[in-house]
Amino acid sequence: MIPAEFDYVAPDTLQEAIAARTAGGEDAKFLAGGHSLLPLMKLRLAAPTLLVDLRKVPGLSGVTRENGHWRIGAMTRHAVLQDSHELGAISTVAAGIADQQIRNRGTIGGSLAHGDPASDLTTAFLAYEGTLTATGPDGPREVAATEFFQDYLTTALAEDEVITEVRMPRLEGYGYGYEKFTRRAEDWAMVGVVALVKQADDGTCEDVRIAMTNMGSTPLRARAAEDALRGRPLDAGSIAEAAGHAADGTDPPADRNASEAYKRHLAQVMTRRALTSATK
Amino acid sequence: MSDEVAISVTVNGQVEHVRVEPRLLLVHLLRDELGLTGSHVGCDTSNCGACTVQLDGQSCKSCTVLAVQADGSEVKTIEGMGTEDDLHPLQEGFWAKHGLQCGYCTPGMIMAAADLLERTPNPTEEEIRHGLEGNLCRCTGYHNIVKAVQHAATAMQSAEVSA
Amino acid sequence: MTLMDDRTSGNHVGRSLRRKEDPRLITGQATYVDDINITGLLHAAIVRSPEAHAKILSIDASAAMARDDVHAVYTGEDMADLLAPLPMAWAPDGVEVHNPEHWPLARGEVKHVGDPVAIVLGTDRYAVIDAAEDVLVEYEPLPVVTDIEQALEPGHALVHEQFGTNEVHKWSLGGGDMEAGFAAADVIIERRVVNHRVSGAPIEPRGVLADYKAGAITVHTSTQVPHFVRLFMGLMLGISEERVRIIAPEVGGGFGAKLQVTGEEMLCAWASRKTRKPVKWIETRSEHMATCHHGRDQIATVRLGAKRDGTLTAMHADIVADMGAYLMLLTPTIPSLGAFVMGGVYKIPAITTDITGVFTNKCATDAIRGAGRPEATHMVEVCMDQLADELGMDRLELRRKNFIPKEAFPYETALGIVYDSGDYHAALDLLMEKLDLPALEREKEELAAKGIRRGIGFSTYTEICGLAPSRVTGPAGFGLQTGLWESAIVRVTVTGAVTVYTGTSPHGQGHETTMAQVVADKLGVDPQNVEIMHGDTGTGAMGLGTYGSRTTAVGTESVARASDKVVEKAKAIVAHALEAAPEDIELRDGKFSVQGSPDKGMTLAEVSGMAHVRPELLPEGMAPGLDETSFYDPNNFVFPFGAHACVVDVEEDTGKVKVVRYVAIDDCGPAINPTIIDGQVHGGIAQAIGQALYEHVMYDEDGQLVTGTFVDYALPTAAELPSFETDRTETPSPVNSLGVKGIGEAGTIAASPAVLNAVVDALRPLGVTYLNMPLSSESVWNAITEGSRA
Repeated sequence: MIPAEFDYVAPDTLQEAIAARTAGGEDAKFLAGGHSLLPLMKLRLAAPTLLVDLRKVPGLSGVTRENGHWRIGAMTRHAVLQDSHELGAISTVAAGIADQQIRNRGTIGGSLAHGDPASDLTTAFLAYEGTLTATGPDGPREVAATEFFQDYLTTALAEDEVITEVRMPRLEGYGYGYEKFTRRAEDWAMVGVVALVKQADDGTCEDVRIAMTNMGSTPLRARAAEDALRGRPLDAGSIAEAAGHAADGTDPPADRNASEAYKRHLAQVMTRRALTSATK
Repeated sequence: MSDEVAISVTVNGQVEHVRVEPRLLLVHLLRDELGLTGSHVGCDTSNCGACTVQLDGQSCKSCTVLAVQADGSEVKTIEGMGTEDDLHPLQEGFWAKHGLQCGYCTPGMIMAAADLLERTPNPTEEEIRHGLEGNLCRCTGYHNIVKAVQHAATAMQSAEVSA
Repeated sequence: MTLMDDRTSGNHVGRSLRRKEDPRLITGQATYVDDINITGLLHAAIVRSPEAHAKILSIDASAAMARDDVHAVYTGEDMADLLAPLPMAWAPDGVEVHNPEHWPLARGEVKHVGDPVAIVLGTDRYAVIDAAEDVLVEYEPLPVVTDIEQALEPGHALVHEQFGTNEVHKWSLGGGDMEAGFAAADVIIERRVVNHRVSGAPIEPRGVLADYKAGAITVHTSTQVPHFVRLFMGLMLGISEERVRIIAPEVGGGFGAKLQVTGEEMLCAWASRKTRKPVKWIETRSEHMATCHHGRDQIATVRLGAKRDGTLTAMHADIVADMGAYLMLLTPTIPSLGAFVMGGVYKIPAITTDITGVFTNKCATDAIRGAGRPEATHMVEVCMDQLADELGMDRLELRRKNFIPKEAFPYETALGIVYDSGDYHAALDLLMEKLDLPALEREKEELAAKGIRRGIGFSTYTEICGLAPSRVTGPAGFGLQTGLWESAIVRVTVTGAVTVYTGTSPHGQGHETTMAQVVADKLGVDPQNVEIMHGDTGTGAMGLGTYGSRTTAVGTESVARASDKVVEKAKAIVAHALEAAPEDIELRDGKFSVQGSPDKGMTLAEVSGMAHVRPELLPEGMAPGLDETSFYDPNNFVFPFGAHACVVDVEEDTGKVKVVRYVAIDDCGPAINPTIIDGQVHGGIAQAIGQALYEHVMYDEDGQLVTGTFVDYALPTAAELPSFETDRTETPSPVNSLGVKGIGEAGTIAASPAVLNAVVDALRPLGVTYLNMPLSSESVWNAITEGSRA
């Protein structure tokens, strides 16, 4: 299986890349690590006419710390995040993506731009309430995670925009938990849950953020579960009770590994587990 | 056909200047253009890992990398690991521990294991099993592959100590 | 570098020598089909049906032909000169088998998703794939048959109109008085045992390179059976067999998937003859999943009767088997193979298996590792646990009570099959020694408190292998098929190097090593200097290939017999040279000498040198050379056996099953190379765990393949499996001189019921009494939910 034919450019600057993408029209695509796009192209589920490879564009990779945020270049590979243990949950989530070969090539920008509700980093991005910079012909703009995911494989990114940077708040004082339920280790999550919990001095839950993978057409926040836990003591009982609301209001798509009912059940179990690790 | 692109790739230490169709997969560049047939293709969906090579020192599935993406990079394939008279410790480990049967997954498995040992020089069994989750083997049940990697890890560690 | 372990002299058989085949495989220098190129070759891409059942209304290849690099496009109509359709090699007397014509390219109708419709040939590998997408085929959809039980109902849509039914055939094998057996039973359990469809999925997909030149054709193909391919290719293409040469180069795994005479092989050969150019086709994984034959897919209603004390009285298996859309080489034979070991390791006075084959609009089923025997073993072993539960008896006690005792061998079963040798208690004893059941039971309680349910499952099995003694299987026996002999040539060159030619065709089993070990001991040479040549019909011995765990028991035995003939001739030569009687010559420490005078003697190299360079010195009338052939038709099957235990942990709140320990005791007779045996067992177990927990070829009700790639068809990875604990007992077979039995399939045959029984054992406290495979986390969770409710 091989991709259909396409034209290819690898510009040296961001401006040239955006210009090439704009000139290429609606069937042009940016290429980062290629690990969302190339598999689809090989199966001929995607057939862009032009690929604009970002590999030569300077300044798109790396993790830096700034003003209470992590700035992550869009071309930063999963393996770099995996090895950046100071990133906490983001590092743990990245380490659980597919397999090492894929983590060595896939990038955070590519993953977010693809907007797959089954992908791991989208969920982490949502849980962190991160922001990203989308750069187009008119320059950069900021997009919040809450605005970014619009529908299945559909994001707020305009056709000729490229993600250049992702920012995650450092969330000092938060514990985290990540649970990914798969058939096999290398598979996509049937359901995944990222939980971030801040404990108040009195042991109650000061803040909690729960985001779920593959529970809808976009990554989702489990708001009902969050609301149920906020202000409550962080004990097994209230965690279990809150987790029981994880699937509230969701309409998860059934697939060959999990029916809707099973996914809703898994969301509760994984939320309970993720909250438990986040409060340890 | 789309315009060909001129690239240079250093493969197993040898600089190669080639013109390629943009859609040419790295694995086909290696196999069909450069004659390095040790990297194999076993699936269409980046699952099996039989095509695993090292790109700039890190393992990747060469069926999911365009040859043009490797422009200016260094690629190492199984052919660059060692010869029958001078085996890499991983090759030695796979032989000593019966870590292969039909051999089709073996080059990719060895290249993935090389990355694993680079990241985790003294891995536990569980780390080996997870480190190789991107490579499928149908013959061995992985039992002896784990043993082979352990064998290599020990050999590489003691080589380091004595060096 | 050395092949040897720590011992440097003595026998090679029984030792874990390193494999001779490995240096080329670990350095990337092995040559698989796709690694071979011939100047001027055309690449082939196959246009395949997206419909499960349809009439082909038209095929328009003009856009494809208009592409650069495209040489030709052919359809079924172009291949009217084929002399015969693809073969189905089972025609027992008195059994009516509906066998539709099956052509390499569909003629008029397509019968399953992936059915080939056209072949595109071109000079560029990528261009032909594009061109295949440009071939426009217009289909008129026909009603689709997918459910084998519904397919047999009157008035149901038909796969093949001409038969007026979806039934392929009926076949039965039975013995003993069934009525009396069930009448004598105090307890009869009945279970519906589903054995779902799986794929062999070798990591190397299939591939063919055909090169027709001047009336002769050479075909490299990734096959387990080059000699079968040669026979049928000659017949189909009308080329006399001596001008057909089939070569199986390095083959990247088979598992039965490459025990086939395929349409693609014929297609490439035909196209090469048509174009007068070499033609290469390399299967994609997606093609493999849709079009390389699948395995299993049986639904059985199993009844097992016993007295209150556990004594088995009768067993009946009524199997409905999904044959798919066409009958390929052995399709209808597969469930029958299981019938021969129905009843397993137990004394059961009456056993009957009734089989009904059914057409569906799916890819054909055929042999996949174990071929019928995993299904039968699964039925027996799952039902033994069910019966124990029903009787309130310990499941191992029930097994032991009914084991055929070792004194009873050779043992004729109720079916008239003679098990060659066995010691089932010894295998189970050793298993229990390794397992430490009390410790596992103690952990059970601790884990239950954490929401983890631990289960332990057992499987005690025998299987039938060493295909195939003609007296047992042929028309005079069970009429299943003809016998399947092997032959070997052992050739000693002038320098004393040994080349062995075998008709078997290994693809990962390590026969280059194990055969060399046997020959080395026979001839008194180093196994390094014994080269095993296989898989080439043009240069080697005749034979019937590698499958059904037959290579060691039949192929290696024929190698041993040819070696014996070489030794016999060598002794005659030495006796003549030393003026002694041939019966006084012995081979010791690599030297042929007169008994009691070890100083005077000749090495094999010296004997062979004389036989080739100084034939005038040979005994009167003896021909030069040292080169012997042996054909071998065994007088019975061989019956490996063993006892396996699987320990699983099941997450109560998700249904996820983790295999935490797997202990296997297997007996395949005296070991030739223990490490290689262990490797075969490991792989076999992994394949069965794969089936039990992860792998499932699924079609939807429209006949669309749901599991078309390795994303959906889930082979277990290293992360899903434990290390295995293996050991052996060694009970020689009286059937062959080496005492050996097969081991390639044993793990797969034994393991699936061990896994299933373990999961049921884990969930019994939650009210779950029975499950079918595959044990996906959701299906297990559903069972937990329903079991708790019940």
